[in-house]
Amino acid sequence: MPESQLTTPSVGTGSVGTVATDATPLPEYPEQVGGGREELSAPSPNAGYDVEAIRADFPILSREVGGRPLVYLDSANTSQKPQVVIDAVAEHYGQHNANVARAMHELGAEATESFEGARAKVAAFIGAERAEEIVFTKNASEALNLCAHTLGSRLVPGDEIVVSVMEHHSNIVPWQMVAERTGATLRWFDITDEGRLDLEKAEAEGLINERTKIVSLTWVSNVLGTINPLQPIIAQAHAVGAVAVVDASQAVPQMPVDVVDLGADLLAFTGHKVVGPTGIGVLWGRYDLLKELPPFLGGGEMIEIVKMTGSTFAPPPYRFEAGTPPIAQAIGLGAAVDYLSGIGMAAIAAHEQKMTAYALAALQQIDGLRILGPTEAVDRGGAISFTVEGLHPHDLSQFLDSRGVAVRGGHHCARPLHERLGIQSSNRASFYLYTLEAEIDALIEGIEYTQRFFGGTR
Amino acid sequence: MNVEDMYQEIILDHYRERHHAGLREPYEAEVHHVNPSCGDELTLRVHLNGDVVEDVSYDGVGCSISQASTSVMSDLVIGKDITSGLSLHDEFLTLMQGKGKIEPDEERLEDGIAFAGVARFPARVKCALLGWSAYKDAVAQASAHEVKAS
Repeated sequence: MPESQLTTPSVGTGSVGTVATDATPLPEYPEQVGGGREELSAPSPNAGYDVEAIRADFPILSREVGGRPLVYLDSANTSQKPQVVIDAVAEHYGQHNANVARAMHELGAEATESFEGARAKVAAFIGAERAEEIVFTKNASEALNLCAHTLGSRLVPGDEIVVSVMEHHSNIVPWQMVAERTGATLRWFDITDEGRLDLEKAEAEGLINERTKIVSLTWVSNVLGTINPLQPIIAQAHAVGAVAVVDASQAVPQMPVDVVDLGADLLAFTGHKVVGPTGIGVLWGRYDLLKELPPFLGGGEMIEIVKMTGSTFAPPPYRFEAGTPPIAQAIGLGAAVDYLSGIGMAAIAAHEQKMTAYALAALQQIDGLRILGPTEAVDRGGAISFTVEGLHPHDLSQFLDSRGVAVRGGHHCARPLHERLGIQSSNRASFYLYTLEAEIDALIEGIEYTQRFFGGTR
Repeated sequence: MNVEDMYQEIILDHYRERHHAGLREPYEAEVHHVNPSCGDELTLRVHLNGDVVEDVSYDGVGCSISQASTSVMSDLVIGKDITSGLSLHDEFLTLMQGKGKIEPDEERLEDGIAFAGVARFPARVKCALLGWSAYKDAVAQASAHEVKAS
């Protein structure tokens, strides 16, 4: 990849312009992976964090919606893209486009180098031991389906799969499908009233036991914001011989991640939530495990030798990458993780923590507003879902949108969780590295305005 | 148009007090429709008397647009014959698909004309159609039931 594609971050606590094979060292950060339970405290890892300079890297943040400045509070849905990512994709198509791994010409070599370089960058970004542990998929859903399908090939009736009621549909439905197919039983963690995994109830029910073959949990809830204490649960899963799968779709964008430290076996996330392009997802897997798993989709690239009477398959990661992969998207994702590393994930996490604490305090001042999940910014990511008495989420979203404020309204692909909470839908505001306190103020004003409109006092 | 204009007083009135709400007996068909993108759900029953729609009763959770639209729909179709009700459905559907460029016929759609502005907001068209689609489905099932019974 040419030098021009390397990122120039706005502030630098991490390494700038990480080259492909260079493992980016993880910054010191008190909320390190897994069970980090204590609230962020001094010294602040984001001293000197220049949010205005970061915003200048994101062209979309200077546009208007309905005549007002865009207030984008939907980053848990998809994040916005910095210019370096947009440029990396354009540069690939403009200068280096070719198919990877099979084109025997200069362009093919360049494209392959950039594509494999991106794999190495992603590996370094999450602390993977080797690039071959990174499988590119189309999104996190496909990565989780890959897990369900391949691990499912080992299941027999009586086996148990454990998820939680706070999962995104992407970490429920694939397991329901595999349970249906194999006769395995799907079980799940409940949550406490505060919106955390109910570990006591799980213990009392013997949720994880000798029949458990797979435990698949979200690291950070996309609705409640809860950061789950995965390390002890993973240890428990391993103690009974189960495979631990982590949906890290909301974790990787928001905090420093070290997959080795976490100790899971498989971990999925998506590119478009880490300021990367859509159409690219990641499955990280322990190499030893990936090596044992059967293929997922069949086709080009995933084979070793194909005969009409049968085929043998490539080693990981290629075994799981049938067909032409999302090349430009992978290269864009490489640029995205470089960009985030340049700013520093610890600094980003600290900024989000600050925004979340500010928003939690402000939202709780609104009459009739109920926050779903933890109401303090402790072990909590930057997504806040809430309901407002008398206001349907769809109506509130529409009113906020008319004021340039983009939030999500609905069940956020977590219908079972909403059912568990006794509601049908909610609104969700979510923050990221470019969020301003003033944007949260705009959200609050928008909610109060909508309340007045529907309350008939307009 | 701005959002306040979309939320006509007529819509808010129907949302605050939904006409013909609640599930009633007797009925020949009951349907359950959902809007998967936002989670709105509606259970709707139709009671026919020969060719006439004697009652439409419903229960559901949803936004002001879907709730108010269902309320307006029930006003419009109850007491009319099946064909007239379905032609109103078609007219409302055309209005909703018109991207805000169709002038609604107040003689025909009555309070339904308040939804003309919704057609400018593509994300909300499905909300306005939820009740009507459920009605169309239920009437089809109820008439099939009638034919079988006779």
